[in-house]
Amino acid sequence: MAEITYREALKRALREEMQRDPTVVIWGEDVVAYAGGGAYGVTSGLAKEFPGRVRDTPIAEEAIIGVGIGAAMGGMRPVCEIMTVNFTLVAWDQIVNHAAKQSHMFNGQIKVPMVIRTPNGHGRTAATHSQNFDAWFAHVPGLKVVAPSTPYDAKGLLKTSIRDDDPVVFLEHLQLYGTRGEVPDEEYLIPIGVSDYKRRGKDVTIVTWGRMTMESLKAARILAEEGIDVEVVDLRTLRPLDLSLALESVHKTNRVIVVEEGWRTAGLGAEIAASLQEMAFNDLDAPIARVAGLEVPMPYARNLERATLPFAEDVIAAVHAMMQKQY
Amino acid sequence: MDKENLVALYRQMVLIRVFEDRAAEMYAKAKIAGFLHLYNGQEAVAVGSVSALHPDDDVVVNYRDHGWALARGSSARAVMAELFGRATGTTGGRGGSMHLVDVKNRFWGGYAIVGGHLPLAAGLAAAAQYLKTGRVTLCSMGDGSTNIGTFHAALNWAKLWNLPVIFLVENNQYAMGTHYDVHSAVPMLQKAAGYNMYAEEVDGMDVMAVREAVCRVAERARKGEGPSFLNVVTYRYRGHSMADPDVQRDKAEIAQWRERDPIVRFATDVLLKRNLVTPKELEDIRESVEREVEDAIEFADKSPEPALDTLYDYIYQQPVRNMQIAGSLIRPPTIAKDIPTNGKHA
Ligand SMILES: Cc1ncc(C[n+]2csc(CCOP(=O)(O)OP(=O)(O)O)c2C)c(N)n1
Repeated sequence: MAEITYREALKRALREEMQRDPTVVIWGEDVVAYAGGGAYGVTSGLAKEFPGRVRDTPIAEEAIIGVGIGAAMGGMRPVCEIMTVNFTLVAWDQIVNHAAKQSHMFNGQIKVPMVIRTPNGHGRTAATHSQNFDAWFAHVPGLKVVAPSTPYDAKGLLKTSIRDDDPVVFLEHLQLYGTRGEVPDEEYLIPIGVSDYKRRGKDVTIVTWGRMTMESLKAARILAEEGIDVEVVDLRTLRPLDLSLALESVHKTNRVIVVEEGWRTAGLGAEIAASLQEMAFNDLDAPIARVAGLEVPMPYARNLERATLPFAEDVIAAVHAMMQKQY
Repeated sequence: MDKENLVALYRQMVLIRVFEDRAAEMYAKAKIAGFLHLYNGQEAVAVGSVSALHPDDDVVVNYRDHGWALARGSSARAVMAELFGRATGTTGGRGGSMHLVDVKNRFWGGYAIVGGHLPLAAGLAAAAQYLKTGRVTLCSMGDGSTNIGTFHAALNWAKLWNLPVIFLVENNQYAMGTHYDVHSAVPMLQKAAGYNMYAEEVDGMDVMAVREAVCRVAERARKGEGPSFLNVVTYRYRGHSMADPDVQRDKAEIAQWRERDPIVRFATDVLLKRNLVTPKELEDIRESVEREVEDAIEFADKSPEPALDTLYDYIYQQPVRNMQIAGSLIRPPTIAKDIPTNGKHA
């Protein structure tokens, strides 16, 4: 099995699906022109391989999504790239009022098989360009929201998302594009809505996704040296949320920490903690703890940005606190 | 057009008029809730446009959609039942007045966010172009919709990609209460010129003029000549919605427009003048339409509300495994008994 980057895994998924299905197209700002393909290079080279099927669009996010919705209604499978998650705000009406609602409000008469691909997260770009909107998308019925943490998951989930008959918001994490992992050459698919154990352990359950999966795994390796055995559940899909593994894990470890990158208030961690508490109250030896980003618009300065975001050391601190407290 | 088709245009316009008048009564009786935007005065636009299209062309419109759904072939029964919120409605009672959809007629709705449907129309046209189906998309909107970002984004994109789409402004001159002169910085055709788009101004009180213009621009689209823009000047007789007391418009202005009524005008100038029908035949048409709408009301009234266990249907076309585990989906649907049926808000 080859080790490839998250970025390359995404590109392979796009390539394979375009080869398989001529109705799959890629539309977005600078997906052709800029530096060979996309602000983060995910589509580079694809325009040459698939003439006429990868197209640059105007800087008009509401239209990138809206035209994508209409094309999906009309029988295509567009993959629409929004340059970064920050600009989905311009298209929020299209995503929430149109993409998400077509199927239900029109009683199943319309389907919208589109994928909205967008990098989520931070990158020393200050408050307007360093945001995490997991919870916003996960709030909306009718959307499927996917946030892979590894190259393997990124490829398998993107392929499934393209084949899915519903609108999928596919959140790529900016800080993961360069990360490497094993991806088989043969085709595989990962179902939407199925979480995954990224590490087995018996002492504490960490429920997380995206970049925080990587930080949690790093924390787990360090904690293992101290003799604390951490189990890491990667949700992978944020809507519909699959808490079955998290629940199974809590039955075993009796302790849960939810780790998220985004803002804590009204974040996804709150939903997960509340749901697990409803379903597994009697199994819990400690209150469910949360690790989250600090609630400030992201500052630019290196030290301030770092202080705002959660990293492995924050996860370690939360595990220590939970293990040391006597409940 | 032969006699039969001309008479059909007349009948459709009368159907829309009678349907809307009766819908207003049903709203007053609280059989219909929420917002109700009626189409009286604008009948020639939907009827003329639809008559110019092929059955498998795509039609997308805003929330003033009853006339379009009826012109496009939805039954009065299904449309009325939808306004009543019944299972037999066009979307089983889930969309209501502002969101009529009937995909078998390639009528895609019914969109309540001003301007929100314009990119969708461009997308349908992009699909037709990519899949080489030969379909044309007709996208109707109000004059008020021409100021929002999606309008400009959609026109620019349609022109860039040379899409087979017709942007038809149903210019009834008001956006709720705000007159066109107050909400638009430039004349309508100049907006199309801004995108170097073929444009025409059309008399929206003349069904044949609308039909001819739509035929012309649809033909252009089919020949690969790209998008076009129609400024169809019309007028609505009633307030913006049933909640609008309509105090802002000048009564004399309304009366003046009523004198150009599209139905009366078509009957007099075309049907009677050319001896295609007798006054008695016109009377018979009206009576048959009244019976049809009366039947639609009875049908809607007798139809059941949608079954509660359909509440979660079609949130996804392709439900996923473990979905029921999600916190938000583990609760069974519960409905409060006394939902007010007639909103008094604007
Ligand atoms: C984005 C948005 N803003 C405001 C409204 C409230 N609203 C509903 S209809 C309307 C007027 C629109 O007028 P126009 O586009 O001329 O359409 P018409 O009613 O004449 O068909 C307004 C402001 C809305 N539905 N959507």
